[in-house]
Amino acid sequence: MLTLTDLTKRYSTGDRALTQVSLHIPEGQVVALIGPSGAGKSTLIRCVNRLVEPTEGRITLSNTELTSLSSRQLRCARRRMGMIFQEYALIDRLTVMENVLSGYLGYTGFWRSFLRRYPQPVVSEAFRLLQRVGLEPFIDKRADELSGGQRQRVGIARALLQSPEILLVDEPTASLDPKTSRQIMRLIKELCAERRLAAIINIHDVALAQLFADRIIGLRAGEIVFDGLPDQLDAEILTRIYGEEDWNTAAEPEAEIESDLEAVDTRVQTDAAGLKRSVPAVGAV
Amino acid sequence: MPVRYPDHSTNLADARWKLHTTRKQILIWLAWLLGISLFLLCWKQISDNTMWVFVEDAPRQGADLISRMLPPEWSYAHLLWKPLWDTITIATLGTLLGIAMAFPCAFLAARNTTPHGLIRSAALMVIVSSRSINSLIWAMLLVTILGPGILAGIIAIALRSIGFVGKLLYEAIEEIHPTPVEAIAATGASRMQVMSYGVLPQVMPAFAGISIYRWDINIRESTVLGLVGAGGIGLQLNAAINTLAWDKVSIIFILIFATVLVSEYISAKVRKAFI
Repeated sequence: MLTLTDLTKRYSTGDRALTQVSLHIPEGQVVALIGPSGAGKSTLIRCVNRLVEPTEGRITLSNTELTSLSSRQLRCARRRMGMIFQEYALIDRLTVMENVLSGYLGYTGFWRSFLRRYPQPVVSEAFRLLQRVGLEPFIDKRADELSGGQRQRVGIARALLQSPEILLVDEPTASLDPKTSRQIMRLIKELCAERRLAAIINIHDVALAQLFADRIIGLRAGEIVFDGLPDQLDAEILTRIYGEEDWNTAAEPEAEIESDLEAVDTRVQTDAAGLKRSVPAVGAV
Repeated sequence: MPVRYPDHSTNLADARWKLHTTRKQILIWLAWLLGISLFLLCWKQISDNTMWVFVEDAPRQGADLISRMLPPEWSYAHLLWKPLWDTITIATLGTLLGIAMAFPCAFLAARNTTPHGLIRSAALMVIVSSRSINSLIWAMLLVTILGPGILAGIIAIALRSIGFVGKLLYEAIEEIHPTPVEAIAATGASRMQVMSYGVLPQVMPAFAGISIYRWDINIRESTVLGLVGAGGIGLQLNAAINTLAWDKVSIIFILIFATVLVSEYISAKVRKAFI
């Protein structure tokens, strides 16, 4: 459904963010994109809807070649791709309903949207979506009155009102607490299943990625270094994606905090000048 | 910034830290010395050019002026309501007209919303030329072109307001959060829709605050426009001063003061409501 071919992005500063990335995502597949900060995860999903212009390569969304579209055609193509952001990217001073309805902007004219005269079927759909994400009581609240998790739900409803074919999700949980993070990821996963939506989810939290994605892609310095199933991730592959680190302590499924602290303690030594320096863990794997 | 180890020691406990290098410290002292010398030099220059006999006489002259102003000629007040109303009209309509022109100008001048670099330069040009000329001078020019009266005053106030509102508004536009704008663009919204949903709500409080602040300033500025014949209470003020009718001058001052006080109160209320 979505195919990237030899996608390359060089920023004007000369930094190579992506180098010849090729991948194919079939309909309904939820892909987690993991990798260290600066690996090009955000650049990759922003290239897909051309918030960032790719330097080379092709992007095809269900037979539409995206990189060569005129601005009018791009507008139409963007309606088919819903985007969800890390800091929610809501319009703070507008109400929850207005924020959700802004997902319909690509389908409507300026004055209709300026005067908030949306067609009744769209408003009904917005109501349904708000009910689905559990925000019915907050419809007339301003977006900045909501909690982080609630705001992200508004962001999700906005993206879904576009009736997209694919969701581009940029660090959906980075500003949320662990419980809310899981709820949001579960919601995204369920909605993708309900609507047969594909999704690319940038995420830092490897455990969440394993839990909720169908497929994991590891990006390092702008190149794909891993592409496989969630249960294939092990210490060796994490080292390939993120670099050397003692993955075994972090990868324990129910690691107790106390034993974790002890493990850290044994690696801390006190040197002659009285300065504490942690000695890098040796033999990570 | 510089960390030094005295006596070739490499022990961390001996490390010394200062904010500036010695060289930078000396430069800072020299800059202060230069600044203070310049201030004293200017002081002397001004003092040499002042006729101190007049200054010594100042308290007596001041007291004399005040005694002529008191008591104010209250009966003159009923002739002032019309010019006072004109003054408020000039300020309000001038502000509205100025805002209407400054609003698109600001969007064309802000780096993140301008359609093209050349258009941005043109918009900045408009803003700078409007700001560089005082409304009293605009009024003088317009009275020669349009003839004396309220219209010249309104346009003078409007022209001066474009620059003020335009500059502050385009700075506010440049400081908005970029991600909501990105999010609106990502829905497939058109350029104008991105402005109305992504940018406008973010700058609305600033826009309201700036406009009301300019209206407040314009009330004060329009009281003097009459001095050059552009309508309002300044005309009466000019006439009263020219005929040395100081008791009339004082009543005009009192009315202006009261008007400014009321406008200050209103703008504080409105600003609170918008933020």
